[in-house]
Amino acid sequence: MLIPKNRIRNFSIIAHIDHGKSTLADRILELTKSVSSREMENQLLDNMDLEKERGITIKSHAVTLIYKANDGLEYMFNLIDTPGHVDFNYEVSRSLAACEGAILVVDASQGIEAQTLANTYLALDAGLEIVPVINKIDLPSADPERVCKEIEDVIGIPAQDAPKVSAKSGLNVQDVLESIVSLVPPPKGNDNLPLKALIFDSLYDSYKGVVVYVRIVEGTIKVGDKIKFMSNCLDFTVVECGYMRATNLEKTEKLSSGEVGYIAASIKNVSSARVGDTITLADNPASEPLPGYRTVNPMVFCGFYPLDGSKYSELREALEKLQLNDASLTFEPETSTALGFGFRCGFLGLLHMEIIQERLEREYNLDLITTAPSVIYRITKTNGEVIMIDNPTNYPETSLIESAEEPITDAHIYAPSSYVGNIMELCQDRRGIFINMNYLDSERVDIHYKLPLNEIVYDFFDVLKSRTKGYASFDYELTGYSKSELVKLDIMLNGNVVDTLSFIIHKDKAYQRGRKMAEKLKEKIPRQLFEVPIQACIGGKIIARETVKAMRKDVLAKCYGGDITRKKKLLEKQKEGKKRMRQLGNVEIPQEAFMSVLKLDNE
Amino acid sequence: MKNIGIYIHVPFCNGKCPYCNFYSVGVNDILIKNYVNAVKQQIIYWGNKLKFNADTIYLGGGTPSKLGTDYIIDIISNIRKYFGNNQDEITIEVNPCDYNILDFEKLKFYGVNRISIGAQSIHDNELSLLERKHKVKEIIKMIENTRKAKIDNISMDIMLAIPEQNIKSLKKSLNFCIENNINHISTYMLKIEKGTTYFKIKDSLNLPSEDYEIELYNTTSRYLTANGYNHYEISNFCKSNMESKHNLKYWNYDDYLGIGPSAHSFVDKKRFYYNNSINDFINNPEINLENNSYSKEEYSMLRLRLKDGLLNDKFKEIFGLDIPKEYFNRAKKFIECGYIECNENKIKITEKGFLVSNSIILNIIY
Repeated sequence: MLIPKNRIRNFSIIAHIDHGKSTLADRILELTKSVSSREMENQLLDNMDLEKERGITIKSHAVTLIYKANDGLEYMFNLIDTPGHVDFNYEVSRSLAACEGAILVVDASQGIEAQTLANTYLALDAGLEIVPVINKIDLPSADPERVCKEIEDVIGIPAQDAPKVSAKSGLNVQDVLESIVSLVPPPKGNDNLPLKALIFDSLYDSYKGVVVYVRIVEGTIKVGDKIKFMSNCLDFTVVECGYMRATNLEKTEKLSSGEVGYIAASIKNVSSARVGDTITLADNPASEPLPGYRTVNPMVFCGFYPLDGSKYSELREALEKLQLNDASLTFEPETSTALGFGFRCGFLGLLHMEIIQERLEREYNLDLITTAPSVIYRITKTNGEVIMIDNPTNYPETSLIESAEEPITDAHIYAPSSYVGNIMELCQDRRGIFINMNYLDSERVDIHYKLPLNEIVYDFFDVLKSRTKGYASFDYELTGYSKSELVKLDIMLNGNVVDTLSFIIHKDKAYQRGRKMAEKLKEKIPRQLFEVPIQACIGGKIIARETVKAMRKDVLAKCYGGDITRKKKLLEKQKEGKKRMRQLGNVEIPQEAFMSVLKLDNE
Repeated sequence: MKNIGIYIHVPFCNGKCPYCNFYSVGVNDILIKNYVNAVKQQIIYWGNKLKFNADTIYLGGGTPSKLGTDYIIDIISNIRKYFGNNQDEITIEVNPCDYNILDFEKLKFYGVNRISIGAQSIHDNELSLLERKHKVKEIIKMIENTRKAKIDNISMDIMLAIPEQNIKSLKKSLNFCIENNINHISTYMLKIEKGTTYFKIKDSLNLPSEDYEIELYNTTSRYLTANGYNHYEISNFCKSNMESKHNLKYWNYDDYLGIGPSAHSFVDKKRFYYNNSINDFINNPEINLENNSYSKEEYSMLRLRLKDGLLNDKFKEIFGLDIPKEYFNRAKKFIECGYIECNENKIKITEKGFLVSNSIILNIIY
């Protein structure tokens, strides 16, 4: 594609979930004739089933488009889609580093939401030009003027000339493309300098090996070039390079500075091509790499166990494959007396965890048992040793603990002011410390709290949504550790501790939660041939007890005329049911029992 | 010659009982005639094919008594023609209403030696809630007529956990059987099956609670045992040596051939059955073969329904090897709570364990 550098535009789209980012991306694909109408499938860019279903973007996707602008010239657009959810800030910052501009999509009736704001700040920090776009102006409740003003007040960028569009109907979407041409600066960079290419994503292809998505910052790269990854000094030879078009990969001879494209170089291991690394030429290397990304550390941990213990190695393979495309996922083997062999996995947040779990179940057909999510606690032992604990199983005995600390977040909740009472009640209940509250405009507030991370990871977001009829949005950032009175809560079934049901919790909440868990387990554990006592205890002291009564009747009375099929069917059904249970001593625990205690209703 | 039990499924009924989900059709003279012809043809077909001796014959239903004496004799005679004259037991199920349409002396002459009466209860109010067409007086007449013909081996069905039933009324029904010297009692717990009238109206039925059902079952077991009956199968009681020889075949892995719509067979380790359609049976009587129907697990599941339980000798006779060790290992944990008794030669479920036998069996064999 011979398009001069000054007609290249690299940009991302920032938007809150549901504010129409994917729909806008679809319209842009149509207007640039990147896909035929036959191929046009709604939300083409979100190509994972899960993304389509949930209406969110999990991974960033990049696509190269050709746009013939009103000035009669062809422009090369590189659209890099970004995930909207706070858990994926990491991916956002990766995408933004490859761009010069960002379209900020704001819903004309709902205004700016917390995640949008957080991502917009990321973009401003990265020096990107922000192109505001007001979407959904066709809705009856749309108030584009108010939203424009909000953008100017809150973000401090001019918004009066922002295109006002309906991505759904296609109204005024052309204006967005023209704004990109006029507002987003063309990339800088010099083809003659030594190669510097930023890896912003990668995926594994069974034919090509690792396919690396790059933004060429300086220099050029072509087929046959010997390249070097600057972080690990590994060398590869470029086998193929090209552009990511909407429906296919388009091979090209070379990629030049300012362009976005892919490289395949027979790379077998994704860990060699680390996202954020800089690629240069082996023969003519750049002297310094590009600034990488801040490394993200997983904040939430949980155990994944295959329901069928023999699927352990399949689970490992699936996790390895997912990790290829998701550098923020970590995992290591762990063993549980209740569940056998599994993996301790680390995630950016709870949504990230849920998505990985769903992908394992759907794409890899694995039935999983997930243990309660945990954060990382810092424990100072009486002998002075400081340890980090992300698994309740490893929590030391009380007598060995000098002090315990838990991670604290700086949290902002944005919501209509009528919900302030509900929100504050919730935050108070979650041991939050109120910092301040700012009115964004006459109706919307930004409530600022310090909240312990372990109060957020269970169900905070769900409860927040339900208490604000879905209007609140939420953003948090880890700020550090703070001393806390923590205890380890154990659950015993028939007198045996079920290690995977243990968790670490603040002393004041242990009693209530222990009781709730015992109640929930009683509901979920089916009657067995023996009575099953359920106990919640802290350091050997029992704080709650429930009993699953022994089954009294399970019999098929009739077996008439030698027709035993019904009896056999029943037995087969029970056998299948038994397969979905975990045997712990004499007790059979169904998968739902492990799962249900993850989400205890808060009301 | 190898023995076999012959079961004839007679699908005719005067109306459908609201709790019943067995295959049945209304009484219709032409249909009955065609049905009997089809039965005879199948007897000929199987008789020529199998060359077995029928040591038991059982006419069940439906309502076999609706066939009338001559058709019943016609069927039995044909069976004896093709499966030999040497029967230990010939049972006919009867509806008490039909006490005066059957000629028991004639039936006796042709070999019928056991009558199974679908009494269900000995209370008129319970019977009317079950929408049975008979009353207690017909049950009494039926017993009288049977005995007059010197057919003394009588079995009665008594249902448990039916609407309005209580311990007292149940005991009265059981007492009736005891006083009338009934040899064999089948006590089926009412189960509300999908597709029945009862299923639709189950909430208005005033059914006993699960706890009360258990109480009714235990009462039956205690009461009949105390009165000299042997609780030989989960739902069956009998006086000494009066087990249903035909029904025992089902649990013992013995051969049986079922003829009639929806009738099931187990012959030479294979299970097969006719469609549950009388028209198919008359016009196109093909059988369907079941898969995976011969296994240690299946045999164990069946034998464990019997009080005698799983015996190593018999197991070895059939499978050529001992009862798997793991069965014993798994059974052991149920000894302490009194659900299981076992020694090196057998595993048996106790009367206490019968009520949760599905779970116990599952735990032993899987």
